[in-house]
Amino acid sequence: MKLLYFAWLRERVGTGEETIDLPGGVTTAKDLMLWLSQRDEGYAYAFEDPQLIRVAANQQHVSMEADISGADEVAFFPPMTGG
Amino acid sequence: MSSITPKISVSASNFDVAAELEHLKAGRTDIGALVTFTGLCRDENGSLAALELEHYPGMAEAELQRLATSALERWPLTGLTIIHRVGRIRPGENIVLVVTASAHRRAAFEAADFLMDFLKTQAPFWKKEHPASGNEPQWVEAKSTDDTDAARWMAKDAR
Repeated sequence: MKLLYFAWLRERVGTGEETIDLPGGVTTAKDLMLWLSQRDEGYAYAFEDPQLIRVAANQQHVSMEADISGADEVAFFPPMTGG
Repeated sequence: MSSITPKISVSASNFDVAAELEHLKAGRTDIGALVTFTGLCRDENGSLAALELEHYPGMAEAELQRLATSALERWPLTGLTIIHRVGRIRPGENIVLVVTASAHRRAAFEAADFLMDFLKTQAPFWKKEHPASGNEPQWVEAKSTDDTDAARWMAKDAR
């Protein structure tokens, strides 16, 4: 699965893109976020405030409760500030 | 639902508002109203050197397309253009353009307002401010008023 990070999430994680093998037991976007946040300090810092995390699966907004286990691409990012 | 094809563009290059209007209405006689919204890079009291616009390539275009489809389902638009710039943008420069065309003004006004409200809260773009002081650049925080603005349209649906 391809993971993407944008804006300050990208800076805190330390990379904009990586490929992972989804571990067993990880089904929802929230599960994935919790698993990632336990990887190291950078990930923990990036995901420290779950209220500020938005997620997309295959380039569409989804909720944290959504099943993302079948997605090719999952992206995490802060609330959007375009326009 | 309208059968028009909206023009959607995400690009580092600047856009020419007059040229976009001409392009949209060229050869057309069915348009009675054109509403144009241009969002500019604003500097308050000389403190901003530039904005840096980051986006999610692929999803940004897809999300603008989805917003355009929602607007076309909701209002009888006869033309629609959405352009969003990315990269480094200096104060006074263009950031975003929304042009809505319709037979009558109400649809064009409302659709442009709707598109900007949802573009701000749903389209994957992020602004980083580079201060003129040379201090560390800062990510712009999302405003709760933008969510409130977008929620107005949901309240209208429920009425």
